[in-house]
Amino acid sequence: MLILVDKVFKALADPNRRELLDRLYANNGQTLGELCRNLDMTRQAVTKHLALLEVANLVATIWRGREKLHYLNPTPINEIYERWIGKYERHRLRALSELKKCLEENKDK
Amino acid sequence: MDKPEFVYVVYISTTPEKLWNALIDPEMTAKYWQHENVSDWKPGSKWEHRGCDTKRTLKLVGKVIESSPPRRLVITWAYPVDEASEEKHSRVTFEIEPIGDVVRLTVTHDHLEPGSEMLQGITKGWPKVLSSLKSLLETGRPLPKLW
Repeated sequence: MLILVDKVFKALADPNRRELLDRLYANNGQTLGELCRNLDMTRQAVTKHLALLEVANLVATIWRGREKLHYLNPTPINEIYERWIGKYERHRLRALSELKKCLEENKDK
Repeated sequence: MDKPEFVYVVYISTTPEKLWNALIDPEMTAKYWQHENVSDWKPGSKWEHRGCDTKRTLKLVGKVIESSPPRRLVITWAYPVDEASEEKHSRVTFEIEPIGDVVRLTVTHDHLEPGSEMLQGITKGWPKVLSSLKSLLETGRPLPKLW
């Protein structure tokens, strides 16, 4: 399944596609029309980006009547996480990111 | 029309029959989920999700709504305290579809209460469970302990 990993990284390499994933994270199960709202992208561009996200299995779609709903599918990201991060560094990384968060929050004050 | 809260898709290099068995066989679920799924898997029957520790703690319960091996399994899903209050049960649908040499598993979880503890739990849980299931079926080894 190496090819699929390539597709995931390629799909994530674009800021517009990451924006679409963020929007689905905030509100899962949206139609194309809903996703296009308040976006600086044409409907055609969004359609193209969604197709790439679907090929990478980062977005899952289902039909409800005549509506196609888009869902954030985090399983490929979890596989990447488990392969490169989870099994080695989980606890240390959590401590480091807590430290970073803590220090950066204090800096603002 | 009802909009499901979560739709998870995972492609696994296996057969529909093996994948079906991995969902309903307590020995298999113990390996990748660290819990046993126990039932006779007939429509109307109860199913239980129990820890593998010596106490075999009951963690989840529900009913089998639909069971069409090896393609489609629909169950309700609730904490044991809510067993009698069916309005609090959420619903999980497993759909298994062969695509070429691989099998596509779609897990849909709906009827969840907004902001509930269950909602938070499953959001973290499903991606881990499904990755571990994939690892077990493809390599014979599940992911290290999930919980």
